[in-house]
Amino acid sequence: METAQETLTAPAATETVNVSGSVALLEALIAEGTDTIFGYPGGAIMPIYDALYDYNDKLNHILVRHEQGGIHAGQGYARTSGKVGVVFATSGPGATNLVTGLADAQIDSTPLVCITGQVFAHLLGTDAFQETDVINITTPVTKWNYQVTDATEIPEVIAKAFYIARSGRPGPVLIDITKNAQIQLFDFPGYQPCNHIRSYRPKPIVRPQYIQQAAELINSAQKPFILFGQGVILGSAEQEFKAFVEKSGIPAAWTILGAGAIPSDHPQNVGMLGMHGNYGPNVLTNECDVLIAIGMRFDDRVTGRLDKYAKQAKVIHLDIDPAEIDKNVKSTVPVWGDCKETLPMLTAAIEQKQHTEWLAKFNDYTRQEVEAVIHNELNPATEEMTMGEVIKHLNELTNGDAVIVTDVGQHQMVACRYAKFNKTRSNVTSGGLGTMGFALPAAIGAKFGAQDREVVAIIGDGGFQMTLQELGTVMQSGIDVKIIILNNRFLGMVRQWQELFNQRRYSFVDIQSPDFVTLASAYGIPGKSIDSRDDLPSALSEMLNNKGSYLLEVIVTKENNVFPMVPQGCSVSEIRLK
Amino acid sequence: MENNHKTNHKVSPAGGDLEGASKKEFNITIYTENQIGLLSRIAIIFTRRKINIDSLNTSPSEIDSIHRFNIVINEYEEVVRKLTRQIEKQVEVLKAYYHTNEDVIWQELALYKVSTDVIAEKVSVERLLRENGARAVVIRKDYTVFETTGHREETDNLINILQPYGLIEFVRSARVAIIKDSEGFNSKLREFERLEPGEEVIENEYLNQGQKVFTM
Repeated sequence: METAQETLTAPAATETVNVSGSVALLEALIAEGTDTIFGYPGGAIMPIYDALYDYNDKLNHILVRHEQGGIHAGQGYARTSGKVGVVFATSGPGATNLVTGLADAQIDSTPLVCITGQVFAHLLGTDAFQETDVINITTPVTKWNYQVTDATEIPEVIAKAFYIARSGRPGPVLIDITKNAQIQLFDFPGYQPCNHIRSYRPKPIVRPQYIQQAAELINSAQKPFILFGQGVILGSAEQEFKAFVEKSGIPAAWTILGAGAIPSDHPQNVGMLGMHGNYGPNVLTNECDVLIAIGMRFDDRVTGRLDKYAKQAKVIHLDIDPAEIDKNVKSTVPVWGDCKETLPMLTAAIEQKQHTEWLAKFNDYTRQEVEAVIHNELNPATEEMTMGEVIKHLNELTNGDAVIVTDVGQHQMVACRYAKFNKTRSNVTSGGLGTMGFALPAAIGAKFGAQDREVVAIIGDGGFQMTLQELGTVMQSGIDVKIIILNNRFLGMVRQWQELFNQRRYSFVDIQSPDFVTLASAYGIPGKSIDSRDDLPSALSEMLNNKGSYLLEVIVTKENNVFPMVPQGCSVSEIRLK
Repeated sequence: MENNHKTNHKVSPAGGDLEGASKKEFNITIYTENQIGLLSRIAIIFTRRKINIDSLNTSPSEIDSIHRFNIVINEYEEVVRKLTRQIEKQVEVLKAYYHTNEDVIWQELALYKVSTDVIAEKVSVERLLRENGARAVVIRKDYTVFETTGHREETDNLINILQPYGLIEFVRSARVAIIKDSEGFNSKLREFERLEPGEEVIENEYLNQGQKVFTM
């Protein structure tokens, strides 16, 4: 085995090596730069795990406690590292447990390659033990999937899988490998990465005439407004984006997944878009004359009611995915292409400007929002703590340098609104799918993807209980993640809606929790629970200073609401401050 | 987390404002790799939006190894345009087009099984064949199978004619359609196979509209 491995890493051009499909798979992963795998073994993937036994020095396999945890960890890893997350699961229930994570990665454009074991090819369709039709189950939630039944297909298929997962608009790929193909020996000719598939165009060709038209619109605009999304981060175009923002002088607001693409305290960063976004960006969307959307997809949580969304504005839409152009909002100028290429072209074609008055208008709205909402959220007069003040104190201690991983619900909106981000790839959250239970496993992966960074998971009491088994993964891997549970003893976001729209009929939102600190301690993770404001700064310091993982539970106000809010079915300019 | 907020204006299943538009028949032509699972990947693009596929045909194309789908749906053009983009986004799809019935030459084939006794007794087979452009495929003692090819109205018409004579069985094929102004896919394929293809591979419908797009 050892000798075979050594030969494989540097194969001579004409020589082939006789290996199993499993070994070919692992060699392919190494060739693609994989260092970490999140997985869970089982019957149908045993030959791969047997091969993995000899690759311990090259591939760090993290044993998770549930396949959903494995795939969310893979997502967290991909989001902080910018690399492709790799996940292993067995057939049947192992594979079906990946589905939530696949759907999450698909809607949030996260590059993943998931490998699932499958029953022997001759058993396909016989209702064999742990057989499910994984390919058909996962088709709607993968960018591409493929079933391998013959080992000779493995090198080419894995090369395609990585190429598809990371290129263009990234996304999850699932490769289902039957057990016979994992075992089968074949002549491995060495690994060839893939850089072209004739039926697949990762990037549309950039049309200079649209750059020109867009630049003319921008140059003549009085009240231009930039909306940016994760496309800037996925395209590694943060510098190009900053240059564009600064030369144009245009105020810029972010979608939840775009947070951190430029630092929170950049003077032209006017805040968050959408349902619980900032006041100014929402109201002024319906007042701008040119809307420049960059790497974002006009999700309904961003646009509110579409027929009352920015109807007065000319729309310039920069996106790598042609299917996104005109999907929700009609564009005046469609700028198809990778924003890493299109932004510098656009920057070169526009005039250096300042929009001082227009920017001041955003600041006016910020003042109103601070007065009506933010001040009380961050400096509450109540005895009980708010979620916002926890984030405020955390900002002071991390100085905005930490990776913040959030789950889904009120704490997520509060964290995204108030957390400070100095760096890109700092905000890891489940945006499109809204997957409760995402944060704990994603934080584990996020740390493996950015080992030199502080990773803080902020999770609600509800979401934490969906994947708390991953505390076992934290324990066994020895990873250092800080966990803050913001406990309001409610499924807070649903409760907020029930309060506002269902006449306070609190239907099944009252949730009890275990003693989280004792629970963590059962996994050997130190922790503390606080309910007094006086303890907050010291508890946060203690958490951050602890070598290794730590769980801090903060008991916060039970019935606090997240504001501002664009009620569903309303226009963004109908945003409510209370 | 969805509220039951009612909106009065007409909204398509695929999103977008469809005020003033009307549904009609569209022919979607898709050039694809020959890949297991692709049929389902394409079909779910329709089913996800609760759109019924009226007719679906897969066949070889003018190029060896490349398959061609013909799909017929009854929808708003705005919806069809978005669906076509979503289809083209699939990794193994080379190109997807949509056309109205006027833009294509299309045919459907139908088979009709009728009792030979009834036909012989009650109608003149010869007249039937001549008037409906049909031909007898099989004539047996117990039944006769007719075949006709044409547009929907033509194949429907023969059903109506044969119904009174005890139509035993009827089946119609999916639609096949040739695009009137297409130059075929041979030259395009060479572009697709290049690492840096020319502009025509990723056609931009805005380009054809020229100045119409940009008005301020």
